[in-house]
Amino acid sequence: MELLIGQMFAGLSLGSVLLLAALGLSLTFGQMGVINMAHGEFMMAGAYTAFVVQQAISDAGVSLLVSIPAGFLVGGVLGLVLEAVLLRRMYHRPLDTLLVTFGVALILQQAARDIFGAPSVDVRAPGWLQGNIELLGAPIPLTRLFILGLSLLCLAGLVLLLKATPLGRRIRAVVLNRDLAETSGVSTRRSDQLTFFIGSGLAGIAGVAVTLIGSTSPYLGTNYIVDAFLVVVAGGIGQIKGAVIAAFALGVLQSVFEYSTTASIGKVLILIVIVVFLQLRPQGIFSLKTRSLA
Amino acid sequence: MRVSVTKRAFYSLAATAMATVLAGCGSQIADPASAGSTASSGTSCVDTSGSSIKVGFINSLSGTMAISESTVFDSLSLAAEEINASGGVLGKHLEVISEDGASEPTKFAERAGKLIQQDCTAAVFGGWTSSSRKAMLPVFEANDALLFYPVQYEGLESSKNIFYTGATTNQQIIPALDYLAEQGTKSLFLVGSDYVFPRTANKIIQAYAAAKGIEVLGEEYAPLGSTEFSTIVNKVRDSKADAVFNTLNGDSNVAFFRQYKSVGLTADTMPVVSVSIAEEEVPGVGLDNVEGQLTAWDYYQTLDTPANKKFVAAFKSKFGTERVTSDPMEAAYTSLYLWKAMVEKAGSFEVDKVQAAAGGVTFEAPEGLVTVNGENNHITKTPRIGKINAEGLIDTVWSSPAAVEPDPFLATYDWAKDLTK
Repeated sequence: MELLIGQMFAGLSLGSVLLLAALGLSLTFGQMGVINMAHGEFMMAGAYTAFVVQQAISDAGVSLLVSIPAGFLVGGVLGLVLEAVLLRRMYHRPLDTLLVTFGVALILQQAARDIFGAPSVDVRAPGWLQGNIELLGAPIPLTRLFILGLSLLCLAGLVLLLKATPLGRRIRAVVLNRDLAETSGVSTRRSDQLTFFIGSGLAGIAGVAVTLIGSTSPYLGTNYIVDAFLVVVAGGIGQIKGAVIAAFALGVLQSVFEYSTTASIGKVLILIVIVVFLQLRPQGIFSLKTRSLA
Repeated sequence: MRVSVTKRAFYSLAATAMATVLAGCGSQIADPASAGSTASSGTSCVDTSGSSIKVGFINSLSGTMAISESTVFDSLSLAAEEINASGGVLGKHLEVISEDGASEPTKFAERAGKLIQQDCTAAVFGGWTSSSRKAMLPVFEANDALLFYPVQYEGLESSKNIFYTGATTNQQIIPALDYLAEQGTKSLFLVGSDYVFPRTANKIIQAYAAAKGIEVLGEEYAPLGSTEFSTIVNKVRDSKADAVFNTLNGDSNVAFFRQYKSVGLTADTMPVVSVSIAEEEVPGVGLDNVEGQLTAWDYYQTLDTPANKKFVAAFKSKFGTERVTSDPMEAAYTSLYLWKAMVEKAGSFEVDKVQAAAGGVTFEAPEGLVTVNGENNHITKTPRIGKINAEGLIDTVWSSPAAVEPDPFLATYDWAKDLTK
């Protein structure tokens, strides 16, 4: 029983990490069609932001809370620069974005190595996040609980933004029909920039969050990018609710598989499940109904 | 997008993205011997006519292993500098050529081939993971060149072209098990990265445990570089084992220890013995997370020997006082001096003469006096169990009474008979 609860929570927690990593991607990949391979490196930038902030503010609790908006800004600005310098020129060549952003990812990794060194750095968890609470005898790590909360908060913020603000309405209009939105007076240029800023900023927040559970190294992003794409593709392109369901489903499935087999086999099984699922339902859990003519 | 893309195109793009990433991760299997096949075997192009002699360093300065291997590169550089300052080897100045193995075994094999054939180095120093060593072995054998490998490893190997200056299993893992048994450990849980060293090490541990009545309650592997340990940590916690034997490598240790601590497991309730965490890795893992945990090595920075004091002082003055020294770094430093001693005993840089002279060569290393075993090309070492202290250094809590002869095939252990078949 204790183990069952521990494992269920491990699954939810893994799901929340996946969701955080994938949320921004579901915006940039799902809504804009840009395959941003540097998304993981934006996470890495967020993680190093947490490290830098902690060097400046020694209180780990305060620095974590400052790091979250700071990570969002750093990720977002990196995204803006990438959009303005490179991606803007290739919206009509989506496959090229894959190669270009992969190159950018390598450059960012090397930059991190040059600035911070190859060894991983230590970002301390604040005292109030150390240890765990007991739920029916199963230890629930506080850091994991914090990440779960943070990802739900980000999700709520994003949904609110998209559904309840003029900015969100414009973003959705551009996704549904770019030409019609443009003729109706919506600046698609500004909408693209903002979408990319927010999507990349979310990657920055995800990076801050994962410093609490893993290592902060130049390769941090490579650990998450594949899983993030899997979540977005399985959830259905352009569908935030699909990404949420896919993230938690994959998280729980992976902990079940890993528990009943081994970590490596668990990973294989999860990939098989996704491949089979996409064979049966290539559009993912939900599919986007657009009014564009293509 | 300015031009609308159909949904179908999206999925194929997504698939391509995935395939690219997966291909990038999986490109580590290739025929390692091919890197050495272009040279006819046995012909050496080493130039001994000038006032300098070339040596090669091969370490991962990028990729997941850079965290560890860049430190070995630093200590090799220190040894080369010291040797040059004291007149070189046979009066020749060492000219170092460095290559990046980039944490990929195929890259190691390819770069080793370059160091031997194009750069014509007299000997090559480096390598860390067993996969990188196994990839380089056929290259060094085909070219009849010399590799000095400075890291503890899983044993069961011996090549006349490789000198192993790190511990083999009977100088690290078996003493660690002896120590645990002595402390009354009745059950163990094994956690490791999924590759050669942990798998072989755990086979040896299983055989030892079966022979000595220690129960192994679980054996779990995480993919190399993995950062998700919730499930493994839950399994460990649930097993209620007396101790954990940890053969994880690289950054995975950070995630493992953080998550280990966050479910309330500590050094007091369930100690972890690690064979891949040295002084250098402690800050990255986070001292909070590993203080009080055990390590098994043959060298610690805190050792009180004159050679070690000199080594530590020289290292800190070259690289900064905040830097630390670790077992693989010491073994790498020692390896360059051992090669120097072999060459001087042979009076030649020629590989066969160096090989012939190797047996019995000694060096007063920071870890104590080491002697090269001419039969298996390993060296004698003194196993030590350490405990990570509040400063992030490691204190010796147990030490073998005398230096232990290397026995890579465990021929002198009855319980290991089935392993070497």
